Amino acid sequence: MNTPLVSLVNAGKSYQKLDALHSVSMTLNEGEVMGLFGHNGAGKTTMMKLILGVISPSRGKVEVMGMSPSSKDAWHCRKQIGYLPENVSFYEQLTGLEVLTYFAKLKGFANKKAKSQAIDLLEQVGITHAMKRPIKTYSKGMRQRLGLAQAFIGEPKLLLLDEPTVGLDPIATGDFYKTVDKLKSNGSSVILCSHVLPGVEQHIDRAMILSTGQLLAMGTLSELRQQAALPVVIQPTFDNSASLNSLNQDDVLKSYLNGENSGTLHVPEHEKIAVLKQLLALDGINDIHLDSANLEQVYQHFLFQHDVNISHEKSNKGQSK
Amino acid sequence: MKQILTIASKEFHDGLRNRWLVSITLIFALLSIGLTYFGAAASGVAGIASLSTTVASLASLAVFLIPLIALLLSYDSFVGEQESGTLLLLLTYPLSKTQLLLGKFLGQGSIIALATLLGFGSSAVLLYFQMGDSEIIITFGLFIISAILLGLSFTAISYIISLSVSEKSKAAGFALITWFLFALAFDLALLALLVGVEEGVSQQGLTQIMMLNPTDIFRLVNLAGLDSSDVNGALAVAINASLSQTQLISALVAWVALPLTLAIFIFSKKNL
Repeated sequence: MNTPLVSLVNAGKSYQKLDALHSVSMTLNEGEVMGLFGHNGAGKTTMMKLILGVISPSRGKVEVMGMSPSSKDAWHCRKQIGYLPENVSFYEQLTGLEVLTYFAKLKGFANKKAKSQAIDLLEQVGITHAMKRPIKTYSKGMRQRLGLAQAFIGEPKLLLLDEPTVGLDPIATGDFYKTVDKLKSNGSSVILCSHVLPGVEQHIDRAMILSTGQLLAMGTLSELRQQAALPVVIQPTFDNSASLNSLNQDDVLKSYLNGENSGTLHVPEHEKIAVLKQLLALDGINDIHLDSANLEQVYQHFLFQHDVNISHEKSNKGQSK
Repeated sequence: MKQILTIASKEFHDGLRNRWLVSITLIFALLSIGLTYFGAAASGVAGIASLSTTVASLASLAVFLIPLIALLLSYDSFVGEQESGTLLLLLTYPLSKTQLLLGKFLGQGSIIALATLLGFGSSAVLLYFQMGDSEIIITFGLFIISAILLGLSFTAISYIISLSVSEKSKAAGFALITWFLFALAFDLALLALLVGVEEGVSQQGLTQIMMLNPTDIFRLVNLAGLDSSDVNGALAVAINASLSQTQLISALVAWVALPLTLAIFIFSKKNL
């Protein structure tokens, strides 16, 4: 196996009073897209800052491309890293083109090259029409696109995107994911940091769930589903209520019913097929709606578990006193 | 080095775009031309006043204006970018904190330096054509150089402020207080010390204390060579204990270099 692009080993960061990130270990390989999920204050941004080398870890080790990102040796690597901060408002009085050219120059492009690069990127994110206007006239979505263009400067090997789709309309969001997929197929790695959003699932290889500075779960979506052991929701539709009764009377199926007469079944993932077969054998069935747990539910599950654990710990402590 | 120049050029263009350069130049030019031609009006004569009177009045006005302008120009250079999030972004670029700071200093410093040179230089040139005395060029040259150094010194001081606070409004408040302390309060305190405390400070001691304030060094540079009739107050005492101009200019240079170094140090320790 090749060396990972990013690796964190028990890395943590504390500020004076605040434990922003406890102890996180993770690796990111080339061409991998990682989704980083958590509420506000979960430590997502802190983790990104550690990887970017803007702050140094209080404990543990962070390595990006085989080097500590905050060391001086790692500077030339920074050209290959793109970052979209969560809250950034670019220089209001400058035009989009000027801002992007400025950042391209700082990434090491010569003057002319920087400008042509900037124009290409503005076209890619679809705001060429506004590139000569000052940014103070931009809408939120246009600002976000400009931020993305900024992160894409120089085809980075590693992209860290904090809330990339905030403020984007559905078409722009689609375009954004296309760009991510393209970068991925070129071998770039991406860390996508976000609240859980619908539509993000197809584009990430693995997900990390953080809460209050702790890593709750990490893995591919199907691994996470397995860990969470969330049921599949099956909703059959029948021709008439008489047939619905046959569902309520079926001994096997009855046990999966989510409440009497709800008509909805909650089935563990591995029993899904068996239950489906049984359902199909019922008279008068005309449709089956099937929902596997989506990322959002998996996420909620892990957060809920975490809260339960915390309150358990607290009550245990209370008892031992 | 390329990174420093990229940032400097951006800051310089910001200064042009925001009309800083034009306004400062105009203020300085109007001020100096006005004082040159009408400085003698107080004594009942319209026309060109003596060189020493002109420079004395220019210096006593510039000593308030230049620090204020420098502080206004740069108080938000870091805290402003921190608030808008671009500071964090810039630091993820292949760019060191020192490069960023020096780049800003070079850009904003050029604005101040150029405005001072053009503004005060214009009246020097006018005066030279009127009087044809080469002494004018030397006196004004020294005045402009010390004014530029004074401006750079307060640019560096405002970086310290900008890097030490977390809100733009606080930076503005601190900048105002800094200006008040250096430009007004310091001298008043010095005067009080001189008058109120008998045998409190020797002449030597007074001059040394004045080295603690760049505005006083600036005054000393520009008033020391002039007829003492145009100068009064604490300065007159200090002038008699003359330090050489070279020493004074080096003291001003130190007042640029030290705050700048301190700013770099604070920046390197700053958490984002």
